Amino acid sequence: MTVPLLSARGLRLAFGGVKAADGIDLDVMPGEFLAIIGPNGAGKTTFINMTTGYLRPQAGAIEYEGQAILGLAPRAIVRRGIGRSFQLPQLFTEHTVLENAALAIAARAGIWSPLVPLLRPGYRRDAMALLARFGLEGVAEARADALNEGARKLADIAMAVALEPRLLLMDEPTSGVAASEKMGVVETLVRVLREAGVTAVFVEHDMEVVARFADRVAVWSQGRILTLGPPAAVLADPAVRREVIGIEAAAAHG
Amino acid sequence: MSRRAEALLALLGVAALIFTAWAAPWLRFVLTVALAKGLGVLGLLLLLRAGQVSFGHAMFLALGAYTVAFAAPSVPETLVLLPAAALLAGVAGLLIGLFVVRYRDIFFGMLNLALSMVFYSVLEKFYAVTKGTDGIRVPPLTIAGLEPVRETQEWVMFGLALGLALLCALGVRAYLASPMGQALAGIKTRETRLEFLGVPARRVLLFAYVLSATMGGAAGALIAMTSRHVTPQLAYWTSSGELIFIGILGGAGSALGPFLGAAAFELVRVYAAAAVADAWQMILGGVLLAVILFAPGGLIGILSGRAQQRPAGRA
Repeated sequence: MTVPLLSARGLRLAFGGVKAADGIDLDVMPGEFLAIIGPNGAGKTTFINMTTGYLRPQAGAIEYEGQAILGLAPRAIVRRGIGRSFQLPQLFTEHTVLENAALAIAARAGIWSPLVPLLRPGYRRDAMALLARFGLEGVAEARADALNEGARKLADIAMAVALEPRLLLMDEPTSGVAASEKMGVVETLVRVLREAGVTAVFVEHDMEVVARFADRVAVWSQGRILTLGPPAAVLADPAVRREVIGIEAAAAHG
Repeated sequence: MSRRAEALLALLGVAALIFTAWAAPWLRFVLTVALAKGLGVLGLLLLLRAGQVSFGHAMFLALGAYTVAFAAPSVPETLVLLPAAALLAGVAGLLIGLFVVRYRDIFFGMLNLALSMVFYSVLEKFYAVTKGTDGIRVPPLTIAGLEPVRETQEWVMFGLALGLALLCALGVRAYLASPMGQALAGIKTRETRLEFLGVPARRVLLFAYVLSATMGGAAGALIAMTSRHVTPQLAYWTSSGELIFIGILGGAGSALGPFLGAAAFELVRVYAAAAVADAWQMILGGVLLAVILFAPGGLIGILSGRAQQRPAGRA
Protein backbone atom coordinates (compact mmCIF):
# COMPACT_ATOMS: atom_id res chain seq x y z
CA MET A 1 0.00 0.00 0.00
CA THR A 2 1.32 3.45 -0.90
CA VAL A 3 1.94 5.68 2.10
CA PRO A 4 0.54 9.22 1.75
CA LEU A 5 3.09 12.00 1.44
CA LEU A 6 0.80 14.37 3.31
CA SER A 7 -1.96 13.33 5.62
CA ALA A 8 -4.43 15.73 7.25
CA ARG A 9 -6.93 14.53 9.84
CA GLY A 10 -9.84 16.36 11.43
CA LEU A 11 -8.59 19.89 10.74
CA ARG A 12 -10.81 22.52 12.25
CA LEU A 13 -10.45 26.27 12.20
CA ALA A 14 -13.09 28.97 12.56
CA PHE A 15 -12.74 32.71 12.12
CA GLY A 16 -15.49 34.05 14.35
CA GLY A 17 -18.60 32.28 13.12
CA VAL A 18 -17.11 31.29 9.76
CA LYS A 19 -15.87 27.71 9.59
CA ALA A 20 -12.86 27.78 7.26
CA ALA A 21 -12.04 24.16 8.10
CA ASP A 22 -14.72 21.93 9.53
CA GLY A 23 -13.20 18.49 9.80
CA ILE A 24 -10.83 18.21 6.83
CA ASP A 25 -9.44 14.69 6.19
CA LEU A 26 -7.16 14.46 3.17
CA ASP A 27 -4.33 12.21 1.98
CA VAL A 28 -2.00 13.41 -0.76
CA MET A 29 -0.27 10.52 -2.52
CA PRO A 30 3.32 10.74 -3.78
CA GLY A 31 3.60 11.94 -7.36
CA GLU A 32 0.00 13.01 -7.82
CA PHE A 33 -1.43 16.35 -8.91
CA LEU A 34 -4.35 17.10 -6.66
CA ALA A 35 -6.63 20.00 -7.58
CA ILE A 36 -8.73 21.78 -4.98
CA ILE A 37 -11.84 23.48 -6.31
CA GLY A 38 -14.68 25.25 -4.59
CA PRO A 39 -16.34 28.62 -4.22
CA ASN A 40 -14.61 31.61 -2.66
CA GLY A 41 -14.59 31.39 1.12
CA ALA A 42 -14.77 27.58 1.11
CA GLY A 43 -11.46 27.30 2.99
CA LYS A 44 -9.11 26.27 0.17
CA THR A 45 -6.38 28.79 0.97
CA THR A 46 -6.89 28.14 4.68
CA PHE A 47 -5.92 24.51 4.05
CA ILE A 48 -2.70 25.64 2.35
CA ASN A 49 -2.03 28.12 5.16
CA MET A 50 -2.47 25.43 7.81
CA THR A 51 -0.27 22.95 5.96
CA THR A 52 2.53 25.49 5.55
CA GLY A 53 2.47 26.69 9.15
CA TYR A 54 0.99 30.10 8.37
CA LEU A 55 -2.19 29.33 10.33
CA ARG A 56 -2.63 26.91 13.17
CA PRO A 57 -5.80 24.81 13.23
CA GLN A 58 -7.83 24.69 16.44
CA ALA A 59 -8.02 20.90 16.16
CA GLY A 60 -6.64 18.11 14.02
CA ALA A 61 -3.29 16.78 12.88
CA ILE A 62 -1.08 17.06 9.80
CA GLU A 63 1.65 14.56 9.01
CA TYR A 64 4.22 14.90 6.26
CA GLU A 65 6.26 11.81 5.41
CA GLY A 66 4.94 10.26 8.62
CA GLN A 67 6.08 13.14 10.84
CA ALA A 68 3.79 15.60 12.61
CA ILE A 69 4.37 19.12 11.28
CA LEU A 70 1.66 20.99 13.13
CA GLY A 71 3.05 23.83 15.21
CA LEU A 72 6.23 24.19 13.16
CA ALA A 73 7.12 27.63 11.77
CA PRO A 74 6.71 28.12 8.01
CA ARG A 75 10.48 28.11 7.48
CA ALA A 76 10.87 24.82 9.37
CA ILE A 77 8.15 23.25 7.22
CA VAL A 78 9.80 24.58 4.07
CA ARG A 79 13.07 23.01 5.16
CA ARG A 80 11.31 19.64 5.43
CA GLY A 81 10.38 19.76 1.76
CA ILE A 82 7.01 21.50 1.47
CA GLY A 83 7.11 24.46 -0.92
CA ARG A 84 4.40 26.99 -1.59
CA SER A 85 3.45 29.59 -4.14
CA PHE A 86 0.98 32.39 -3.64
CA GLN A 87 -2.17 33.71 -5.26
CA LEU A 88 -0.46 37.11 -5.22
CA PRO A 89 3.12 36.28 -6.23
CA GLN A 90 5.55 37.04 -3.40
CA LEU A 91 8.56 38.28 -5.33
CA PHE A 92 11.24 40.69 -4.13
CA THR A 93 9.90 43.52 -6.24
CA GLU A 94 12.98 45.74 -6.16
CA HIS A 95 15.24 42.90 -7.27
CA THR A 96 15.66 41.51 -10.77
CA VAL A 97 14.15 38.13 -11.65
CA LEU A 98 17.67 36.68 -11.69
CA GLU A 99 18.38 38.03 -8.19
CA ASN A 100 15.08 36.59 -6.98
CA ALA A 101 16.02 33.18 -8.34
CA ALA A 102 19.58 33.43 -7.02
CA LEU A 103 18.31 34.34 -3.56
CA ALA A 104 16.12 31.23 -3.61
CA ILE A 105 19.13 29.12 -4.70
CA ALA A 106 21.20 30.73 -1.93
CA ALA A 107 18.46 30.03 0.59
CA ARG A 108 18.71 26.33 -0.18
CA ALA A 109 22.44 26.36 0.54
CA GLY A 110 22.19 28.75 3.52
CA ILE A 111 22.58 32.48 3.11
CA TRP A 112 25.00 33.11 5.97
CA SER A 113 28.05 34.22 4.03
CA PRO A 114 28.26 38.00 4.35
CA LEU A 115 31.22 38.67 2.05
CA VAL A 116 30.66 36.59 -1.11
CA PRO A 117 28.36 38.18 -3.73
CA LEU A 118 24.90 36.71 -4.31
CA LEU A 119 25.52 36.66 -8.06
CA ARG A 120 28.69 34.55 -7.73
CA PRO A 121 29.24 32.37 -10.83
CA GLY A 122 27.76 29.20 -9.28
CA TYR A 123 24.55 30.83 -8.09
CA ARG A 124 24.19 32.83 -11.30
CA ARG A 125 24.49 29.65 -13.37
CA ASP A 126 22.03 27.72 -11.19
CA ALA A 127 19.60 30.66 -11.16
CA MET A 128 19.74 30.98 -14.96
CA ALA A 129 19.21 27.22 -15.30
CA LEU A 130 16.22 27.43 -12.98
CA LEU A 131 14.72 30.32 -14.94
CA ALA A 132 15.35 28.48 -18.23
CA ARG A 133 13.29 25.52 -16.97
CA PHE A 134 10.37 27.93 -16.63
CA GLY A 135 11.08 29.75 -19.90
CA LEU A 136 11.98 32.91 -17.98
CA GLU A 137 15.59 33.34 -19.09
CA GLY A 138 14.54 36.20 -21.40
CA VAL A 139 13.35 38.32 -18.47
CA ALA A 140 16.20 37.45 -16.09
CA GLU A 141 17.49 41.02 -15.97
CA ALA A 142 14.05 42.64 -15.66
CA ARG A 143 12.86 43.91 -12.31
CA ALA A 144 10.37 41.51 -10.77
CA ASP A 145 7.64 44.16 -10.58
CA ALA A 146 7.90 44.77 -14.34
CA LEU A 147 6.73 41.27 -15.34
CA ASN A 148 3.30 40.34 -16.64
CA GLU A 149 1.12 38.21 -14.39
CA GLY A 150 1.89 34.91 -16.10
CA ALA A 151 5.65 35.42 -15.74
CA ARG A 152 5.22 36.59 -12.13
CA LYS A 153 3.29 33.42 -11.30
CA LEU A 154 5.98 31.26 -12.91
CA ALA A 155 8.77 33.18 -11.15
CA ASP A 156 6.95 32.74 -7.84
CA ILE A 157 6.70 28.99 -8.43
CA ALA A 158 10.32 28.86 -9.62
CA MET A 159 11.44 30.30 -6.28
CA ALA A 160 9.58 27.56 -4.45
CA VAL A 161 10.99 24.91 -6.80
CA ALA A 162 14.54 26.21 -6.20
CA LEU A 163 14.35 24.70 -2.72
CA GLU A 164 13.74 21.27 -4.31
CA PRO A 165 10.50 20.52 -2.47
CA ARG A 166 8.89 17.09 -2.63
CA LEU A 167 5.45 18.62 -2.16
CA LEU A 168 4.38 21.95 -3.65
CA LEU A 169 1.20 23.76 -2.65
CA MET A 170 0.08 26.31 -5.22
CA ASP A 171 -2.63 28.84 -4.51
CA GLU A 172 -4.44 29.69 -7.74
CA PRO A 173 -1.47 29.50 -10.11
CA THR A 174 -3.53 30.85 -13.01
CA SER A 175 -5.61 33.58 -11.34
CA GLY A 176 -5.05 36.96 -12.96
CA VAL A 177 -3.22 35.40 -15.90
CA ALA A 178 -4.52 36.48 -19.33
CA ALA A 179 -6.70 33.80 -20.93
CA SER A 180 -4.35 33.55 -23.90
CA GLU A 181 -1.37 32.77 -21.61
CA LYS A 182 -3.10 30.53 -19.12
CA MET A 183 -2.58 27.12 -20.76
CA GLY A 184 1.03 27.96 -21.58
CA VAL A 185 1.71 28.82 -17.94
CA VAL A 186 0.12 25.62 -16.66
CA GLU A 187 1.83 23.44 -19.27
CA THR A 188 5.19 24.91 -18.29
CA LEU A 189 4.76 24.41 -14.59
CA VAL A 190 3.31 20.92 -14.95
CA ARG A 191 6.23 19.90 -17.17
CA VAL A 192 8.79 21.25 -14.67
CA LEU A 193 7.08 19.64 -11.68
CA ARG A 194 6.70 16.27 -13.45
CA GLU A 195 10.37 16.33 -14.48
CA ALA A 196 11.40 17.10 -10.92
CA GLY A 197 9.06 14.45 -9.49
CA VAL A 198 7.27 17.00 -7.32
CA THR A 199 3.87 16.15 -5.88
CA ALA A 200 1.50 19.09 -6.26
CA VAL A 201 -1.64 20.37 -4.63
CA PHE A 202 -3.18 23.34 -6.39
CA VAL A 203 -6.20 25.51 -5.84
CA GLU A 204 -7.80 26.23 -9.22
CA HIS A 205 -10.90 27.95 -10.57
CA ASP A 206 -10.48 27.01 -14.22
CA MET A 207 -12.21 23.66 -14.83
CA GLU A 208 -10.42 23.15 -18.14
CA VAL A 209 -7.10 23.28 -16.32
CA VAL A 210 -8.40 20.91 -13.65
CA ALA A 211 -9.77 18.44 -16.20
CA ARG A 212 -6.53 18.42 -18.17
CA PHE A 213 -3.89 18.35 -15.47
CA ALA A 214 -5.26 17.00 -12.19
CA ASP A 215 -5.00 13.34 -11.20
CA ARG A 216 -7.62 13.83 -8.50
CA VAL A 217 -9.95 16.65 -7.57
CA ALA A 218 -11.10 17.62 -4.08
CA VAL A 219 -14.23 19.74 -3.95
CA TRP A 220 -14.30 22.15 -1.01
CA SER A 221 -17.47 23.68 0.38
CA GLN A 222 -17.91 25.58 3.64
CA GLY A 223 -14.79 24.16 5.21
CA ARG A 224 -15.54 20.56 4.24
CA ILE A 225 -14.51 18.24 1.43
CA LEU A 226 -17.70 17.64 -0.52
CA THR A 227 -16.25 14.95 -2.74
CA LEU A 228 -12.90 13.61 -3.88
CA GLY A 229 -11.99 11.56 -6.94
CA PRO A 230 -10.75 11.52 -10.53
CA PRO A 231 -11.62 14.67 -12.50
CA ALA A 232 -13.94 12.98 -14.99
CA ALA A 233 -16.15 11.56 -12.26
CA VAL A 234 -16.05 14.59 -9.97
CA LEU A 235 -16.69 17.17 -12.66
CA ALA A 236 -19.64 15.10 -13.96
CA ASP A 237 -21.22 14.81 -10.52
CA PRO A 238 -24.57 16.66 -10.68
CA ALA A 239 -24.20 18.00 -7.14
CA VAL A 240 -20.73 19.38 -7.91
CA ARG A 241 -21.94 20.85 -11.20
CA ARG A 242 -24.84 22.53 -9.51
CA GLU A 243 -23.19 23.76 -6.33
CA VAL A 244 -19.62 24.43 -7.42
CA ILE A 245 -19.09 24.49 -11.14
CA GLY A 246 -22.12 26.69 -11.75
CA ILE A 247 -20.44 29.29 -9.61
CA GLU A 248 -17.01 28.41 -10.95
CA ALA A 249 -18.07 28.88 -14.56
CA ALA A 250 -19.39 32.32 -13.74
CA ALA A 251 -16.23 33.20 -11.77
CA ALA A 252 -13.86 31.91 -14.45
CA HIS A 253 -15.59 33.94 -17.15
CA GLY A 254 -16.23 36.97 -15.00
CA MET B 1 26.67 53.46 -9.85
CA SER B 2 29.20 51.36 -11.70
CA ARG B 3 32.00 49.74 -9.76
CA ARG B 4 34.57 51.81 -11.58
CA ALA B 5 32.79 55.13 -11.03
CA GLU B 6 32.37 54.31 -7.35
CA ALA B 7 36.07 53.45 -6.96
CA LEU B 8 37.03 56.65 -8.77
CA LEU B 9 34.70 58.71 -6.60
CA ALA B 10 36.13 57.09 -3.46
CA LEU B 11 39.68 57.85 -4.56
CA LEU B 12 38.79 61.44 -5.40
CA GLY B 13 37.01 61.80 -2.06
CA VAL B 14 40.00 60.46 -0.12
CA ALA B 15 42.35 62.78 -2.02
CA ALA B 16 40.07 65.79 -1.43
CA LEU B 17 39.80 65.00 2.29
CA ILE B 18 43.55 64.60 2.75
CA PHE B 19 44.25 67.75 0.76
CA THR B 20 41.70 69.77 2.75
CA ALA B 21 43.03 68.43 6.05
CA TRP B 22 46.54 69.46 4.98
CA ALA B 23 45.67 72.83 3.41
CA ALA B 24 43.25 73.92 6.14
CA PRO B 25 44.46 72.51 9.47
CA TRP B 26 41.48 74.02 11.34
CA LEU B 27 39.20 71.71 9.29
CA ARG B 28 41.09 68.55 10.29
CA PHE B 29 38.99 68.26 13.42
CA VAL B 30 35.76 68.91 11.50
CA LEU B 31 36.60 66.30 8.87
CA THR B 32 37.56 63.68 11.47
CA VAL B 33 34.21 64.15 13.19
CA ALA B 34 32.50 64.06 9.78
CA LEU B 35 34.17 60.72 8.95
CA ALA B 36 33.14 59.34 12.34
CA LYS B 37 29.54 60.43 11.84
CA GLY B 38 29.65 58.99 8.33
CA LEU B 39 30.59 55.68 9.93
CA GLY B 40 27.57 55.91 12.22
CA VAL B 41 25.30 56.75 9.27
CA LEU B 42 26.73 53.81 7.31
CA GLY B 43 25.32 51.60 10.07
CA LEU B 44 21.97 53.34 9.75
CA LEU B 45 22.05 52.70 6.00
CA LEU B 46 22.11 48.94 6.66
CA LEU B 47 18.82 49.19 8.52
CA LEU B 48 17.41 51.45 5.79
CA ARG B 49 18.06 48.63 3.33
CA ALA B 50 15.53 46.58 5.26
CA GLY B 51 13.15 49.55 5.11
CA GLN B 52 13.64 50.25 8.81
CA VAL B 53 14.54 53.67 10.21
CA SER B 54 16.05 53.83 13.69
CA PHE B 55 15.20 57.12 15.40
CA GLY B 56 17.53 56.26 18.27
CA HIS B 57 20.73 55.17 16.64
CA ALA B 58 22.78 57.85 18.40
CA MET B 59 22.61 55.74 21.56
CA PHE B 60 25.25 53.44 20.10
CA LEU B 61 27.50 56.39 19.27
CA ALA B 62 27.02 57.70 22.81
CA LEU B 63 27.76 54.24 24.21
CA GLY B 64 31.03 54.11 22.27
CA ALA B 65 31.93 57.64 23.35
CA TYR B 66 31.19 57.00 27.04
CA THR B 67 33.14 53.72 26.91
CA VAL B 68 36.17 55.79 25.93
CA ALA B 69 35.44 58.43 28.57
CA PHE B 70 35.07 55.88 31.38
CA ALA B 71 37.94 53.60 30.38
CA ALA B 72 40.49 56.22 29.28
CA PRO B 73 41.78 57.10 32.79
CA SER B 74 42.81 53.48 33.40
CA VAL B 75 43.58 52.42 29.79
CA PRO B 76 44.63 55.56 27.88
CA GLU B 77 45.48 53.64 24.68
CA THR B 78 43.65 54.55 21.47
CA LEU B 79 44.20 51.17 19.83
CA VAL B 80 42.60 49.39 22.79
CA LEU B 81 39.78 51.82 23.45
CA LEU B 82 38.53 51.96 19.85
CA PRO B 83 37.93 48.21 19.40
CA ALA B 84 36.64 47.94 22.99
CA ALA B 85 34.03 50.65 22.35
CA ALA B 86 32.97 49.01 19.08
CA LEU B 87 32.72 45.60 20.77
CA LEU B 88 30.69 46.90 23.69
CA ALA B 89 28.30 48.70 21.34
CA GLY B 90 28.02 45.49 19.29
CA VAL B 91 27.09 43.48 22.39
CA ALA B 92 24.56 46.15 23.38
CA GLY B 93 23.25 46.02 19.80
CA LEU B 94 22.79 42.26 20.13
CA LEU B 95 20.86 42.54 23.39
CA ILE B 96 18.68 45.44 22.21
CA GLY B 97 18.39 43.91 18.74
CA LEU B 98 16.97 40.65 20.07
CA PHE B 99 14.03 42.75 21.24
CA VAL B 100 13.60 45.41 18.53
CA VAL B 101 13.98 43.21 15.42
CA ARG B 102 10.62 41.69 16.30
CA TYR B 103 9.04 44.99 15.24
CA ARG B 104 8.77 46.83 11.94
CA ASP B 105 8.33 50.31 10.58
CA ILE B 106 7.05 52.95 13.02
CA PHE B 107 7.26 50.53 15.96
CA PHE B 108 10.88 49.72 15.18
CA GLY B 109 11.72 53.41 14.86
CA MET B 110 9.91 54.45 18.03
CA LEU B 111 11.31 51.62 20.16
CA ASN B 112 14.81 52.67 19.19
CA LEU B 113 13.93 56.26 20.02
CA ALA B 114 12.49 55.26 23.40
CA LEU B 115 15.54 53.19 24.35
CA SER B 116 17.91 55.96 23.28
CA MET B 117 16.01 58.48 25.44
CA VAL B 118 16.19 56.10 28.41
CA PHE B 119 19.95 55.94 27.88
CA TYR B 120 20.09 59.74 27.57
CA SER B 121 18.24 60.12 30.87
CA VAL B 122 20.61 57.71 32.61
CA LEU B 123 23.59 59.71 31.33
CA GLU B 124 21.99 62.98 32.37
CA LYS B 125 20.56 62.06 35.79
CA PHE B 126 23.22 59.86 37.37
CA TYR B 127 25.47 62.81 38.02
CA ALA B 128 27.70 61.00 40.52
CA VAL B 129 28.81 58.59 37.82
CA THR B 130 28.34 60.45 34.54
CA LYS B 131 28.77 64.09 35.63
CA GLY B 132 25.38 64.78 34.01
CA THR B 133 25.18 67.49 31.38
CA ASP B 134 28.66 68.72 32.36
CA GLY B 135 29.99 65.63 30.61
CA ILE B 136 33.33 63.93 31.03
CA ARG B 137 36.66 65.17 29.76
CA VAL B 138 38.76 62.53 27.99
CA PRO B 139 42.43 62.63 29.11
CA PRO B 140 45.23 62.64 26.53
CA LEU B 141 45.54 59.22 24.91
CA THR B 142 48.55 57.25 23.74
CA ILE B 143 48.76 55.69 20.29
CA ALA B 144 50.57 52.34 20.26
CA GLY B 145 52.22 53.44 23.52
CA LEU B 146 53.49 56.75 22.10
CA GLU B 147 52.39 60.22 23.14
CA PRO B 148 52.54 62.28 19.95
CA VAL B 149 52.41 66.06 19.84
CA ARG B 150 49.04 67.67 19.18
CA GLU B 151 49.35 67.99 15.40
CA THR B 152 50.52 64.41 14.96
CA GLN B 153 47.73 63.29 17.25
CA GLU B 154 45.22 65.10 15.02
CA TRP B 155 46.66 63.47 11.90
CA VAL B 156 46.56 60.05 13.52
CA MET B 157 42.91 60.45 14.51
CA PHE B 158 42.11 61.71 11.02
CA GLY B 159 43.96 58.74 9.51
CA LEU B 160 42.25 56.27 11.83
CA ALA B 161 38.82 57.67 10.95
CA LEU B 162 39.61 57.64 7.24
CA GLY B 163 41.03 54.12 7.34
CA LEU B 164 38.09 52.80 9.32
CA ALA B 165 35.65 54.59 7.00
CA LEU B 166 37.22 52.98 3.93
CA LEU B 167 37.39 49.55 5.54
CA CYS B 168 33.77 49.68 6.68
CA ALA B 169 32.54 51.09 3.37
CA LEU B 170 34.20 48.21 1.53
CA GLY B 171 32.85 45.70 4.05
CA VAL B 172 29.30 47.09 3.85
CA ARG B 173 29.50 47.09 0.06
CA ALA B 174 30.44 43.39 0.02
CA TYR B 175 27.86 42.57 2.67
CA LEU B 176 25.02 44.29 0.81
CA ALA B 177 25.87 42.38 -2.38
CA SER B 178 25.96 39.04 -0.52
CA PRO B 179 22.95 36.76 -0.04
CA MET B 180 22.61 38.11 3.53
CA GLY B 181 22.58 41.71 2.31
CA GLN B 182 20.12 40.89 -0.48
CA ALA B 183 17.88 39.06 1.99
CA LEU B 184 18.06 42.20 4.15
CA ALA B 185 16.68 44.19 1.22
CA GLY B 186 14.06 41.45 0.85
CA ILE B 187 12.70 42.31 4.31
CA LYS B 188 11.65 45.65 2.84
CA THR B 189 9.68 44.20 -0.06
CA ARG B 190 8.61 40.61 0.78
CA GLU B 191 9.33 39.35 4.23
CA THR B 192 6.76 36.56 3.78
CA ARG B 193 8.72 35.14 0.88
CA LEU B 194 11.90 35.09 2.95
CA GLU B 195 10.19 32.94 5.57
CA PHE B 196 8.92 30.63 2.83
CA LEU B 197 12.45 30.33 1.49
CA GLY B 198 13.37 28.96 4.91
CA VAL B 199 15.23 32.16 5.84
CA PRO B 200 14.61 33.61 9.32
CA ALA B 201 14.03 37.30 8.56
CA ARG B 202 14.54 38.39 12.16
CA ARG B 203 17.99 36.84 12.27
CA VAL B 204 18.89 38.58 9.00
CA LEU B 205 17.83 41.92 10.50
CA LEU B 206 19.55 41.16 13.81
CA PHE B 207 22.87 40.60 12.05
CA ALA B 208 22.52 43.99 10.34
CA TYR B 209 21.49 45.61 13.62
CA VAL B 210 24.55 44.30 15.46
CA LEU B 211 26.83 45.40 12.60
CA SER B 212 25.20 48.80 12.63
CA ALA B 213 25.56 49.15 16.42
CA THR B 214 29.23 48.12 16.21
CA MET B 215 29.94 50.78 13.61
CA GLY B 216 28.02 53.26 15.76
CA GLY B 217 30.22 52.38 18.74
CA ALA B 218 33.40 52.88 16.72
CA ALA B 219 32.03 56.20 15.43
CA GLY B 220 31.26 57.37 18.97
CA ALA B 221 34.73 56.36 20.16
CA LEU B 222 36.32 58.37 17.35
CA ILE B 223 34.19 61.40 18.23
CA ALA B 224 35.15 61.13 21.92
CA MET B 225 38.85 60.78 21.09
CA THR B 226 38.73 63.74 18.71
CA SER B 227 36.59 66.16 20.72
CA ARG B 228 38.03 64.90 24.06
CA HIS B 229 34.73 65.69 25.76
CA VAL B 230 31.55 63.61 25.94
CA THR B 231 28.10 64.80 27.04
CA PRO B 232 24.64 63.17 27.13
CA GLN B 233 23.77 65.31 24.10
CA LEU B 234 25.42 62.55 22.04
CA ALA B 235 22.49 60.25 22.88
CA TYR B 236 19.73 62.88 22.60
CA TRP B 237 17.07 62.33 19.93
CA THR B 238 18.28 65.30 17.90
CA SER B 239 21.63 63.52 17.49
CA SER B 240 19.78 60.49 16.08
CA GLY B 241 17.83 62.86 13.84
CA GLU B 242 21.12 64.33 12.67
CA LEU B 243 22.29 60.88 11.57
CA ILE B 244 19.08 60.37 9.55
CA PHE B 245 19.50 63.89 8.12
CA ILE B 246 23.02 63.00 6.98
CA GLY B 247 21.78 59.71 5.54
CA ILE B 248 19.16 61.48 3.40
CA LEU B 249 21.59 64.24 2.44
CA GLY B 250 24.28 61.80 1.32
CA GLY B 251 21.94 59.25 -0.25
CA ALA B 252 21.53 55.57 0.47
CA GLY B 253 22.52 54.41 -3.01
CA SER B 254 26.16 53.75 -2.18
CA ALA B 255 28.36 53.09 0.83
CA LEU B 256 30.04 56.40 0.00
CA GLY B 257 26.80 58.36 0.51
CA PRO B 258 27.02 58.57 4.31
CA PHE B 259 30.56 60.01 4.19
CA LEU B 260 29.71 62.47 1.46
CA GLY B 261 26.64 63.51 3.42
CA ALA B 262 28.56 63.81 6.69
CA ALA B 263 31.33 65.92 5.13
CA ALA B 264 28.77 68.21 3.47
CA PHE B 265 26.75 68.43 6.69
CA GLU B 266 29.69 69.34 8.92
CA LEU B 267 31.11 71.85 6.44
CA VAL B 268 27.73 73.54 5.87
CA ARG B 269 27.26 73.64 9.63
CA VAL B 270 30.67 75.19 10.30
CA TYR B 271 30.36 77.84 7.60
CA ALA B 272 26.65 78.50 8.16
CA ALA B 273 27.28 78.92 11.90
CA ALA B 274 30.09 81.38 11.16
CA ALA B 275 28.04 83.34 8.63
CA VAL B 276 24.64 83.44 10.38
CA ALA B 277 25.23 82.41 13.97
CA ASP B 278 21.57 82.64 14.97
CA ALA B 279 19.98 80.88 12.04
CA TRP B 280 22.38 78.21 10.85
CA GLN B 281 19.82 75.45 11.45
CA MET B 282 17.58 77.20 8.93
CA ILE B 283 20.28 76.89 6.30
CA LEU B 284 20.71 73.19 7.06
CA GLY B 285 16.94 72.78 6.87
CA GLY B 286 16.90 74.51 3.51
CA VAL B 287 19.63 72.22 2.22
CA LEU B 288 17.69 69.15 3.35
CA LEU B 289 14.47 70.39 1.74
CA ALA B 290 16.31 71.03 -1.52
CA VAL B 291 17.79 67.52 -1.47
CA ILE B 292 14.44 65.84 -0.75
CA LEU B 293 12.64 67.87 -3.43
CA PHE B 294 15.22 67.92 -6.18
CA ALA B 295 17.64 65.05 -5.53
CA PRO B 296 15.88 62.17 -3.77
CA GLY B 297 18.99 60.03 -4.36
CA GLY B 298 21.01 62.45 -2.23
CA LEU B 299 24.40 63.94 -3.06
CA ILE B 300 25.66 60.55 -4.18
CA GLY B 301 22.68 60.35 -6.55
CA ILE B 302 23.57 63.72 -8.06
CA LEU B 303 27.19 62.68 -8.48
CA SER B 304 26.36 59.39 -10.13
CA GLY B 305 23.85 61.16 -12.39
CA ARG B 306 21.07 58.84 -11.36
CA ALA B 307 19.18 60.93 -8.90
CA GLN B 308 16.23 61.22 -11.26
CA GLN B 309 16.11 57.54 -12.19
CA ARG B 310 16.07 56.02 -8.74
CA PRO B 311 13.60 56.38 -5.93
CA ALA B 312 15.03 57.40 -2.56
CA GLY B 313 16.59 54.65 -0.52
CA ARG B 314 16.94 52.28 -3.42
CA ALA B 315 20.39 51.09 -4.48
